[in-house]
Amino acid sequence: MTSTTPSFALPAAPATALAACLGRLRKRLGRTTLVMVLLCTGIALLLNAFDLLGLGTKLVYSFCIGGCCWLLNEAGTLLQAAASDMLRRRRGLPMSPNGFDIGWRGKIWPTLACVALGPLVGMALGDSITGLQSPRLWELGASTSRITLVITVLGSIITISAISSMERLASARAQAEAAQRLASETQLRLLQSQLEPHMLFNTLANLRVLIGLDATRAQAMLDHLIAFLRATLQASRAGEHPLASEFERIADYLALMAVRMGPRLQTQLHLPDDLRALPVPPLLLQPLVENSIQHGLEPQVAGGRLQVAARRDGHTLVLTVRDTGVGCSPDSQRAPSPAAAADRAARGRPAAGFGLQGTRERLQTLYGQRASLQLAAADDSDGGTLATLRLPIAATSPQARRPLP
Amino acid sequence: MTATSAHATARALIAEDEPLLAAGLQADLAALWPALQVVASVGDGASAVQQTLALQPDVCFLDIRMPGSSGMEAALALVEDWPDTPGAAAFPLLVFVTAYDQYALQAFEAQAVDYLVKPLDRPRLAACVQRLQARLAERLPAPAPARAASAADTALQQTLAQLRALLGAAGVAAGAPAPRLEVVQAQTGTLVHLVPVADVVYFEAADKYVRVVTAEREHLIRTSLRELLPQLDPQVFWQVHRGTVVQARCIRTARREDSGKVTLTLAGRPETLTASRLYAHLFKGM
Repeated sequence: MTSTTPSFALPAAPATALAACLGRLRKRLGRTTLVMVLLCTGIALLLNAFDLLGLGTKLVYSFCIGGCCWLLNEAGTLLQAAASDMLRRRRGLPMSPNGFDIGWRGKIWPTLACVALGPLVGMALGDSITGLQSPRLWELGASTSRITLVITVLGSIITISAISSMERLASARAQAEAAQRLASETQLRLLQSQLEPHMLFNTLANLRVLIGLDATRAQAMLDHLIAFLRATLQASRAGEHPLASEFERIADYLALMAVRMGPRLQTQLHLPDDLRALPVPPLLLQPLVENSIQHGLEPQVAGGRLQVAARRDGHTLVLTVRDTGVGCSPDSQRAPSPAAAADRAARGRPAAGFGLQGTRERLQTLYGQRASLQLAAADDSDGGTLATLRLPIAATSPQARRPLP
Repeated sequence: MTATSAHATARALIAEDEPLLAAGLQADLAALWPALQVVASVGDGASAVQQTLALQPDVCFLDIRMPGSSGMEAALALVEDWPDTPGAAAFPLLVFVTAYDQYALQAFEAQAVDYLVKPLDRPRLAACVQRLQARLAERLPAPAPARAASAADTALQQTLAQLRALLGAAGVAAGAPAPRLEVVQAQTGTLVHLVPVADVVYFEAADKYVRVVTAEREHLIRTSLRELLPQLDPQVFWQVHRGTVVQARCIRTARREDSGKVTLTLAGRPETLTASRLYAHLFKGM
């Protein structure tokens, strides 16, 4: 868990963020210390073959130099990570997943510091422990000096590459776990929101009445319901589908809602022919459409209009969901205040949670910074809300083809 | 008004925002209770209150989830606004209709207010109709105005008790309360007044605003009383009407009127407030 918590995310919850940070540090130090101890012992044993001094003395020096290198590298990496996290936060980017992911560029100066200063400081430390007086590096004969330098550089490189490959492994595992967890959560929440009991039972109630009044219309409604349910259950498996299918599923849902809401709901779908085949993640728009109906149009006595449209803007696919409903203040983003949520719960209405949050998470996982979702008050006299979703077209197909999201 | 003629003219109001469901309920009722006349079919809570007060039906079918205000809110408003003049019509029998509202359903079961679950099935609706007919028949053998008024009063009292219990259940269902409000920020032009909640004598709903009244002056804030309520300590601020929340320590006296309403005088304010029937039980001697 700790590895996915953003590091240095102090404003959110200082105590927990600090604890997570310390936990990660402890993990990392544990790993790197192990590498350092193994390597120093190895070097001391290796040098024993040259048989200059006793093994004990060699161990002392080896550990002094190795320890100094380790300390310098750790301190450097920590500072670098803190600095890059601060930079990320200032730019509004998400935190690195394991907190020490500073890239190879970030590793240059900690490595330099440890190669240049490690042997000097380490040998001085060794001298003070053993009481011996080792010759200064520049006073050594060419071959001895070269050996020391080569050993230090080799040792540092081995250590650092071992540590960073362990880090990469840990970070990849953490990312895979997070993606997996998000996928199952999204699937569950998608199912829950589609099969929301209130929606389902009201639809069935309408169907029951319609069977008596107009069997043909009842059959048509049942067909829409079947297509809607099938799409919902399949969305958890398919990685993507054509934009035309996405619009068909929205049309199914809107057909159900049109029967339920009658003249209170008017809908318009606009999909240009050249965009029909573009692949999109399944039911990406669906939660936004439901949001518009449930929180925009249904609560409004007079009902209103819902427009779903797709257009191309250079290399960006722009999808818009617009309603003329009760509207939202732009900063609240229709995420309910605690008071409003409590009030909703009291009145038996579900919170507007999944629609936006879930869609944002899916976009983030699939496209990173290349996609966006904005919710704003519509800027014409009809009022209501406009949701704008932007996806990259060149690579509309997600970078990683995961089953979901 | 004889028993048979009254029975023949039993009148109902349907409040349901989905037109097909309203038509379906009306058709089912026509089959099960031919003598019942549906006098109005409305699609939102506010119209339900208005039409019920105007037409005074014997039975109201209220959908819980409707645009504007919910069926529950409509019921509360009806209880508060139902005329109490001698000889006024008996309070309508309320039947709630809902597709799926877990908490509400539990509360209804506990309180035995009649409720129906969508999709409505015939046997269940038939049972409901029988119950309604029986309840209406109980009212009829009392042609004298005095006894009719007392029957009306019993119906109202029963509904009152049930709605109070439902309100309590809804409060529990709301779960964790919102953070307590300490300071009310009221804006007039470019100036924001900070009013400590402890200084507020009462809050009063005024259209889309809430009037915040202190001993010295009053402010308007752009929020609804419904959103404000969960942020107030219910021990300190008592709701006494659907549109009024008053700080308990600012209430000086409470006088019970014949209508069942209670008139409150305040410390630091010259005006009086009215506590509705629904909240009158808050004021009784120790």
